[in-house]
Amino acid sequence: MSQMAVQDAPSAAAPNKDAQVCIGVKNLDFYYGGFHALKNINMNFFDRQVTAMIGPSGCGKSTLLRVFNRIYSLYPEQRATGEVMLDGRNIISDNVDINELRARIGMVFQKPTPFPMSIYDNCAFGMRLYEKLSKSELDDRVEQALRKAALWDEVKDKLKQSGMGLSGGQQQRMCIARTIAQQPDVILFDEPTSALDPISTGKIEELIEELRADFSIVIVTHNMQQAARISQYTAFMYLGELIEFGPTTKIFMEPQQKRTLDYVTGRFG
Amino acid sequence: MVAVYERSYQNATKVTRKANPFGFDPIFAALSKAAAITVLVLLAGIMASMIYGGWPAFREFGLGFLTGTQWDTMNDKYGGLPAIVGTLSTALIAMVIGVPLSIGTAIYLTQLAPAWFKRPVGTAVELLAAVPSIIYGMWGLFVFVPLFAAYFQVPVSQVVEGMPIVGTILYARSPSGLGILSAGIILAFMIVPFIASLTRDMLDQIPTVLRESAYGVGCTTWEVVRHVLLPQAGVSIVGAIMLGLGRALGETMAVTFVIGNANRLSPSIMDPGSTIASRIASEFNEALGMQMNALIGLGCVLFFVTFVVLVIARILVSRVKQY
Repeated sequence: MSQMAVQDAPSAAAPNKDAQVCIGVKNLDFYYGGFHALKNINMNFFDRQVTAMIGPSGCGKSTLLRVFNRIYSLYPEQRATGEVMLDGRNIISDNVDINELRARIGMVFQKPTPFPMSIYDNCAFGMRLYEKLSKSELDDRVEQALRKAALWDEVKDKLKQSGMGLSGGQQQRMCIARTIAQQPDVILFDEPTSALDPISTGKIEELIEELRADFSIVIVTHNMQQAARISQYTAFMYLGELIEFGPTTKIFMEPQQKRTLDYVTGRFG
Repeated sequence: MVAVYERSYQNATKVTRKANPFGFDPIFAALSKAAAITVLVLLAGIMASMIYGGWPAFREFGLGFLTGTQWDTMNDKYGGLPAIVGTLSTALIAMVIGVPLSIGTAIYLTQLAPAWFKRPVGTAVELLAAVPSIIYGMWGLFVFVPLFAAYFQVPVSQVVEGMPIVGTILYARSPSGLGILSAGIILAFMIVPFIASLTRDMLDQIPTVLRESAYGVGCTTWEVVRHVLLPQAGVSIVGAIMLGLGRALGETMAVTFVIGNANRLSPSIMDPGSTIASRIASEFNEALGMQMNALIGLGCVLFFVTFVVLVIARILVSRVKQY
């Protein structure tokens, strides 16, 4: 085992062996028009665990994430076949209410995506769509979400100001608050720190650690150290295939596949 | 590879050029400066001569030039109110009809249309913007106006006759099809492609990730458009609308064809009227003396109004929110 792998030694909490399966993926194939982007993916995501997806650019890890909330359905030329089971339902079948599904599976993107409205309205946005809440319930939920996103102290005096006025890291935490305010089952993070400075990145990583108590988390990351720091499970993908999936410790310390070893030790990618 | 590259680099002749004060550059600079100054001088010249030409009318009638309703060429009494009201009301009607159509078109083209349909509709919108206004005028007069008279003016007038308010505003005393409302509708047709293509470009500039993010929260398409995309494009769409308004205010040929060119101020939008531009276009040939001054004065008013509208539009359009 090379020294690189030892440096990347996982520091996150050990996986919970009793965790239930939250999302079960079976024989999943995905196509962008004629391009076969995901090839026969089979894996399970566990309840209230952080699963990191790693792999070189174009390996399909973001594509897999985009299957879970059916964002790909916005584009008619993209399609998925197979099974993605959530609560006993195949969410890629046609008879799923896509909007309701998206409310249950939150997504945080590469870049912060503040909506053109106040910080308060940003956080309350999803709740207002799906729940009838009184003003005080709404206030409570917004405060809770902002506290969980470690942003409350910074914005509590300017909730009525535009969300566009915050710094990049604050905007990203506001987007996380917006997502958790909806109390989803799963939160998808698509390289959430790639546009942020190291301090903001550290804050977001801490946050993801804490959010694990309440949500199942899937995070796509280019940064292997990040995967090692925050995830319980890691999946390594390459050219649209799932090469190896297992507890993070195992993937980083004793990978079974040569390609995984090469990637996590920095020999390619 | 590296060795070859280095050798050829060393062998390359080094070209040195000294700045030549007598070369082409100073001439080039002077020419482009002259071109820019010509534009400014032209604008200033037009402004000055408009004000100079209109001045006798302003002096003679004072504020009455803006508020007077008489346009009496026999007695040389000129009040511009009917034309000013006509200009503003046709532009307002054009906005009320045209803005929802334009924004709807832009939203459909950017958010809903399937890819194969986007291009033909987008091209059609742009072609519509390029149709000369005289074509709209001819089409309006020969095709639209007779249909409008038969299938809208006559039945609507029969329904609203005697009613309070609507009976005044929508009653056509002579249902010829010509009038303020017809002009406003033709103007709406003319500004739709203009506002729609600008708005489409602005919606297209909104990053995909913001749109996906809004869908990711669980929004329907309507909610994404209503709460995220339109506010995000916000000010610049208002700017596009103002550019359309500027065009509607100044449009001449098409309006002159269908507005009926009446000098009377009527409370009904079904009745013939006139706009500043149509008044000038229809009277300029035979105007002499004070009538000429009055027409130029009206031109000044139009110039001022459109100038203000365009300045506001430019400011708003340039304030596109940076994402």
